[in-house]
Amino acid sequence: MLIQETDYGTPIRLSTKMVTLTIDGQDITVPEGTSIMRAAAEMGTKVPKLCATDSIEAFGSCRLCAVEIEGRRGTPASCTTPVENGLKVWTQTGKLAKLRRNIMELYISDHPLDCLTCPANGNCELQDMAGVVGLRDVRYGFKGSNHLDAVKDESNPYFTFDASKCIVCSRCVRACEEVQGTFALTIDSRGFASTVSPGQKEDFLGSECVSCGACVQACPTATLMEKTVIDAGQAEHSIITTCAYCGVGCSFKAEMRGTEVVNMVPYKDGEANHGHSCVKGRFAWGYTTHQDRITKPMIRAKITDPWKEVSWEEAINYAASEFKRIQGKYGRNAVGGITSSRCTNEEAYLVQKLVRAAFGVNNVDTCARVCHSPTGYGLSQTFGTSAGTQNFDSVREADVIMVIGANPTDAHPVFGSHMKKRLREGAKLIVVDPRRIDLVKSAHIKASYHLPLKPGTNVAMINALAHVIVTEGLVKEDYVAERCDMMEFNRWRDFVSDKRHAPEEMEKYTGVKAADVREAARLYASVKNAAIYYGLGVTEHSQGSTMVMGMANLAMATGNVGHIGAGVNPLRGQNNVQGSCDMGSFPHELTGYRHISTDAVREEFNRAWGVTLDPEPGLRIPNMLDAAVDGTFKGIYIQGEDIAQSDPNTKHVTAGLEAMECVVVQDIFLNETANYAHVFLPGTTFLEKDGTFTNAERRINMVRQAIPPVPGYADWEVTMMLSKALGYEMKYSHPSEIMDEIAALTPTFKGVSYKRIDEMGSIQWPCNDAAPNGTPTMHIDKFVRGKGRFMITEFVPTEEKVGPRFPLILTTGRILSQYNVGAQTRRTGNVAWHPEDILEIHAFDAEQRGIRDGDNVAIVSRVGETSLKAVISERMQPGVVYTTFHHFGTGANVITTDFSDWATNCPEYKVTAVEVRLSNHQSEWQRENALFRQASRRITKAAE
Amino acid sequence: MTLDDNRLISMANQIADFFKSYPEGEAVEGIATHIQKFWDPRMRRGIFAHLNKGGAGLHPLTLKALQQLAAKQPDLAKSA
Ligand code: SF4
Ligand code: SF4
Ligand code: SF4
Ligand code: FES
Repeated sequence: MLIQETDYGTPIRLSTKMVTLTIDGQDITVPEGTSIMRAAAEMGTKVPKLCATDSIEAFGSCRLCAVEIEGRRGTPASCTTPVENGLKVWTQTGKLAKLRRNIMELYISDHPLDCLTCPANGNCELQDMAGVVGLRDVRYGFKGSNHLDAVKDESNPYFTFDASKCIVCSRCVRACEEVQGTFALTIDSRGFASTVSPGQKEDFLGSECVSCGACVQACPTATLMEKTVIDAGQAEHSIITTCAYCGVGCSFKAEMRGTEVVNMVPYKDGEANHGHSCVKGRFAWGYTTHQDRITKPMIRAKITDPWKEVSWEEAINYAASEFKRIQGKYGRNAVGGITSSRCTNEEAYLVQKLVRAAFGVNNVDTCARVCHSPTGYGLSQTFGTSAGTQNFDSVREADVIMVIGANPTDAHPVFGSHMKKRLREGAKLIVVDPRRIDLVKSAHIKASYHLPLKPGTNVAMINALAHVIVTEGLVKEDYVAERCDMMEFNRWRDFVSDKRHAPEEMEKYTGVKAADVREAARLYASVKNAAIYYGLGVTEHSQGSTMVMGMANLAMATGNVGHIGAGVNPLRGQNNVQGSCDMGSFPHELTGYRHISTDAVREEFNRAWGVTLDPEPGLRIPNMLDAAVDGTFKGIYIQGEDIAQSDPNTKHVTAGLEAMECVVVQDIFLNETANYAHVFLPGTTFLEKDGTFTNAERRINMVRQAIPPVPGYADWEVTMMLSKALGYEMKYSHPSEIMDEIAALTPTFKGVSYKRIDEMGSIQWPCNDAAPNGTPTMHIDKFVRGKGRFMITEFVPTEEKVGPRFPLILTTGRILSQYNVGAQTRRTGNVAWHPEDILEIHAFDAEQRGIRDGDNVAIVSRVGETSLKAVISERMQPGVVYTTFHHFGTGANVITTDFSDWATNCPEYKVTAVEVRLSNHQSEWQRENALFRQASRRITKAAE
Repeated sequence: MTLDDNRLISMANQIADFFKSYPEGEAVEGIATHIQKFWDPRMRRGIFAHLNKGGAGLHPLTLKALQQLAAKQPDLAKSA
């Protein structure tokens, strides 16, 4: 069935004051501020409309929605007229019918009459309205001046703009402003000559447009239309599922024709996205059918051999026999596994179960190691739980928003749009980031304070902010006294009050003017609801965990934990990075963050799994690689992660992989890690399986199978086969049974089941007897750990220091159109925006080195060298350069080092001392890797 | 066989850098607990081996913490 959500015409109003009126003789009660159109829609009466849709405020331009109200003159527009007590409204009268027909006649006289061949046929509001008002005749004819010859703009890779079909309702313009917050579109001219135009009469691709699709969604005609729909036709059924890109976890309708996806449309009832999307989830799903997908299992004895396609049975048995051989020869602990934050909860759970139960070791880790592991550690030390405190909607009530080391408009775009909306409504913004990210100043948004600190000085900054709060009497004493451990608080207060933490003293480290730091701290402490949002700019440092604790301290001291609008909120990178951590993917923890050394917890698992678990923590990813280089770690099962591209110090990673005797990679493409693999197990995309993802707000969302698994088995089934071959059989006939086991073994998941998720749409953990409907806001009356715990956060400058040889600091990050290692997005139309990684450099640093915009440069650190194109950027501060790691050819991680967070070994991606110089060739690593890569990807096809 | 000593030493000292602002008893306890809870036995064995050789380069707090830990885990310390 094709799911079509009701369009109520105008946005919901949340007032608690209710108003009762009569529409077409029927009483209806709605919140104050609701439009007459929406009130009618809520009782099932559709008032004809063209320029209104419920994602944007009403505009009142088409007049088609006119109604009659007893005692009032004229025919007011129902979309712009709010309800009032006692109104008597009529939506269908002879007068209205005539009026509406006349309006439609005018619209249609300037509209091509190619409905039968139009791609929107069957899904066009103009067509529908012509039918609804009973239009039979167009008296003006079609000979007058019109826009029928307007040229199509097909520059955007995913949608076309066919101006001949535009009715100038401005829904697109308003969606771009109100929903997305980009302000890319304008209506040019007035009256009949008016047209929609991206930017200053540019084409879509060349404009400010970020291709979020909100305008396409809002357009009632075929003017803005997805190219896939133009090619394939309208869908016939839809399946609600969850985006597999970032930690926002947007809900989508996969719109299908048979087993072919024709469109991904953001789902209005999705609690994380409320019907909005970004370019990745909305459009960049073409990788799922890309020709590079590997669909047959493959094995080889040596990584210098070509791959040989084999049956599933042969591949699984080969992998299992190799693991057994290795354990026999080098000891049980010589093997391990990596769970994926791209895969479902159920799949991550099974991989860690395989490692612990079938391998009998705790050497299991996940890619959160390299992103948010400090979040887990820092928040559990201070609050008692390893997750963010709020839901996303909480931002709607924030008065001050402090964004630290995150770039939500690029990395968490849909949440970025929601945040921007709140900022346009007047919330104040503080940005703590070395770069002048877009949020600092964009359309109708300007940060009150941008604190452009030097990379690596986060803790100095958070201590300086805390110093101001403590020494200027801004601590919320009653909150702290009631909710926090006073001994720890007093100790912390003494610590941060020390003069050495004053902004004036810290300036020499952070490079940020003390006066700005003082003002920012006062602003943060001055309101009821101040929220911190942070990203990898916080965690990926040698003091990542310390910084997380520092932010938690600040929030507790100002009473900003435990209510809506406030909190400490990690913006988590990958779609299921929260989930993979929850699922016991860390070597020291079982599901729900319970330490493996806790006897009672281990006992439960021993009983359920029929094994005896090792009470000692296992190796983390960097430790596995160290141990591999060292010769004590020999085999690894990696599901859906590309450590050879994403992890720091590539040469060390690949040396580790090369030293292993059995590397099993399960993925949808031959990734860079697969160059070092002996067994390749073809994986499935999110469209091919059932399961759940947990987003950054702890929300467990359903992933539903839309098409059959291309390689024949979903990833969870493959893990089961491997486990069986290893001698430990798992028996599940559906992922829901895996979730039932998780719920039975994990107190915070006790109330979670597929049935409950289906009923509720999604569930935020903890979900148990104490919170049967889940927990949107955590720590409401008390902290999970009991009393909130202030931690002492001494600033320790990183050992990675600039000097004469490496005078610049490299910091790495992401951009909107590409995702992580780019394995998916590089195989989509998104390359139109980001065909290669580039180095952003400040004009001063560039000039000193004779570098001009667009020059090829070499970038060198103490561990490696690569080359790429330089772009001179004002977003950088002098002394700091920036790049992304989306493309394997650049290999940005060849340069990053293996310095890491003290508590979790999360790598210090954000600070590498480098030098940049002009270069006209590729680095040695790039040349050698290109050759090796090519050789290692040869495939000998199986006879069909 | 041990992991690269220098890496283990610097990792252990980093932990001390965090705990050093706490009173000594708590700091030593904090470091010891952290290493016990987050380091796999072969890493602990590696650092114990270094400790047995005198522990050069270890932060004084790390040194104390490791001595305490080694006393609690004599088997592991001995096998180093
Ligand atoms: S492009 Fe579509 S939404 Fe925009 S003004 Fe034209 S018809 Fe309306
Ligand atoms: S795709 Fe998004 S950013 Fe681009 S014009 Fe449409 S609404 Fe604006
Ligand atoms: S914001 Fe994230 S989850 Fe939402 S569509 Fe974009 S990539 Fe997908
Ligand atoms: S829908 Fe109300 S004026 Fe257009």
